[in-house]
Amino acid sequence: MAGKTLYEKLWDSHVVVAPDGEPTLIYIDLHLVHEVTSPQAFDGLRLNDRRVRRPDLTLATADHNVPTDPLSTPISDPISRRQLEALDENCKEFGITVFPRGHENQGIVHVIGPELGVTQPGMTIVCGDSHTSTHGALGSLAFGIGTSEVEHVLATQTLPQQKASTMSVLVEGTPPPNVSAKDLVLAIIGRLGTGGGAGYVIEYRGEAIRSLSMEGRMTVCNMSIEAGARAGLVAVDETTIDYLRGRAGVPQGDEFDDAAERWRSFVSDDDAVFDLEITLNAAELVPFITWGTNPAQVVALDGVVPSPEDTKDADEKNSVQRALDYMDLKPGTPLRSIPVDVVFIGSCTNSRIEDLRAAASVVVGSHVRPGVRALVVPGSRRVKNQAELEGLDRVFLDAGFEWREPGCSMCLGMNPDILTPGQRCASTSNRNFEGRQGRGGRTHLVSPVVAAATAIMGRFASPDEVRV
Amino acid sequence: MKPVHVVEGRAVPLERSDVDTDQIIPSDWLKRVERTGFGRGLFSEWRDDTTFVLNQSQYVGATILLAGPRFGTGSSREHAVWALMDYGFEAIIAPSFGDIFRNNSSKQGLVTVQLSSNDVEELNQMVKDDPSRLLVVDVERLSVEVPDTGWHRAFVLDPMTRERLLEGWDDIAISLRRADAITSYEATSVAPSLGDVFDDEGRTRYA
Ligand code: SF4
Repeated sequence: MAGKTLYEKLWDSHVVVAPDGEPTLIYIDLHLVHEVTSPQAFDGLRLNDRRVRRPDLTLATADHNVPTDPLSTPISDPISRRQLEALDENCKEFGITVFPRGHENQGIVHVIGPELGVTQPGMTIVCGDSHTSTHGALGSLAFGIGTSEVEHVLATQTLPQQKASTMSVLVEGTPPPNVSAKDLVLAIIGRLGTGGGAGYVIEYRGEAIRSLSMEGRMTVCNMSIEAGARAGLVAVDETTIDYLRGRAGVPQGDEFDDAAERWRSFVSDDDAVFDLEITLNAAELVPFITWGTNPAQVVALDGVVPSPEDTKDADEKNSVQRALDYMDLKPGTPLRSIPVDVVFIGSCTNSRIEDLRAAASVVVGSHVRPGVRALVVPGSRRVKNQAELEGLDRVFLDAGFEWREPGCSMCLGMNPDILTPGQRCASTSNRNFEGRQGRGGRTHLVSPVVAAATAIMGRFASPDEVRV
Repeated sequence: MKPVHVVEGRAVPLERSDVDTDQIIPSDWLKRVERTGFGRGLFSEWRDDTTFVLNQSQYVGATILLAGPRFGTGSSREHAVWALMDYGFEAIIAPSFGDIFRNNSSKQGLVTVQLSSNDVEELNQMVKDDPSRLLVVDVERLSVEVPDTGWHRAFVLDPMTRERLLEGWDDIAISLRRADAITSYEATSVAPSLGDVFDDEGRTRYA
């Protein structure tokens, strides 16, 4: 018999009951909650007189709506304020730990899980948010769910699930300088398309993945959903163990070593068979940028805007033309000649300390191009504090960036940080959908170093252009 | 959830691919804590355009949406399903769907029908030729029909989703019947309790 993939190990160890002809009920080890997708779920509980089965396996934070203005500024939008209050009230009523605006552990839900060490290998983790796939970087099965399922997990700590197919994405070799985890995952999405991962859980493997930091692995797993996959995974290795050691949520002392020993089993067996395998060569990768309105519409930063004529498929032609119209771009335009209005460094894809260090290393000693608004939004209060300890806030502020309070911010524009119609933005976030960052806004997804260089040059630029 | 057996109604051809959930209901609408009233936000970025298909009088009152490939990809927001249903849609027919969207739909009784691009194209054409034409989506028989032309196709739905739609099941009630199995699983579970990690104010006990 062939060995098991990591996904199969995670699945098998969480089966509560697998009745014939019904979906398997799997146990959820950690349920992360935020203000946007939970109020209707808590209402459902109240309506049916149900309680939260395991408040001690449930953790909530405010992130999507929180303003990134100084904490002394009141929340001006009454609807956002009401939603944030509702999160607090619901968590109090049901006995759930919550990190409201200003709390020392507050931050984007997918940043704080790993950072607090509550995301651990071997776990099942869900959250009413599609980028829950981020947590798979630590060898846990983590996926996004809808509000009905949030209610289901609150009430039962389980979910009925169909088993997914498994895909191995093997990235061999070593990437050239300036090619980051973000470029790697943009390349993968460009290859798979927005639907190529549908029905699969992707395990990222190979030398280029192994040599990534945990932050880089999280960036890769984060965007699994943009290829349509339910979840992304990276097997546990010593990088994982080292990252977790000493964090608040993990066992301390000798108990940590016992836990680590158990965690090391969360890898695919050598003879495990995947339903689908694809291979990329990291040495051939370059910095990438999206030009269109979905994350698979991606080209090399050194490339040009594509033409609808490049494709034969009529549907595809149509969608390229729509994207060009929305983005106000002409085929053949070099990406590096396109000016930007806004640069956003943040989101659960690229707002961790390593991302901020990388961006800061590009801007140090330079200044943001006049007329460009550039924001840095740390992923969590802990990231912000750490960055300030290292003086990164000064680097950004001296260069003319805004240094803001943690939250989702301009990733989806539910707080006041939004693009105005027609503005063009270089963003380190994960979605370039129409209107995602504000109605009529135009988003280009890039890595933190490309975003930083773009802020300095006022047009899409590679870090080498700044560092000369 | 109310049981759904047959959706019979007029259809509207959206003719766009990759309509993600941000398009279905923009994030501005996600601030609300209610579950109703999202219909007004449906496709709201496009609704100002008087030529947008939902604004055309011949399609007012349609209950079936004919969509393009990869409908409902992106964000997990169930608000997308609430918006479609609140607006009046009872079934969506498309060549493919976003995973989470399709799952969310099944929890609310919104029928998602997957047909080939060709089939959807044929439906688009029939509906454009005569917008008053009725379509019938039969969950029991797993078929889509256009009775006045005799056009019909079978579709596939996983048996559980079909049964859930037909019976109007509440998933939570079903799972709660497994309480004993859940309790015995918990006896072996190694999931660490967050009570050991955070104090009452949510501050970490270590680190
Ligand atoms: S940062 Fe963006 S993608 Fe991530 S959780 Fe927040 S809104 Fe979602």
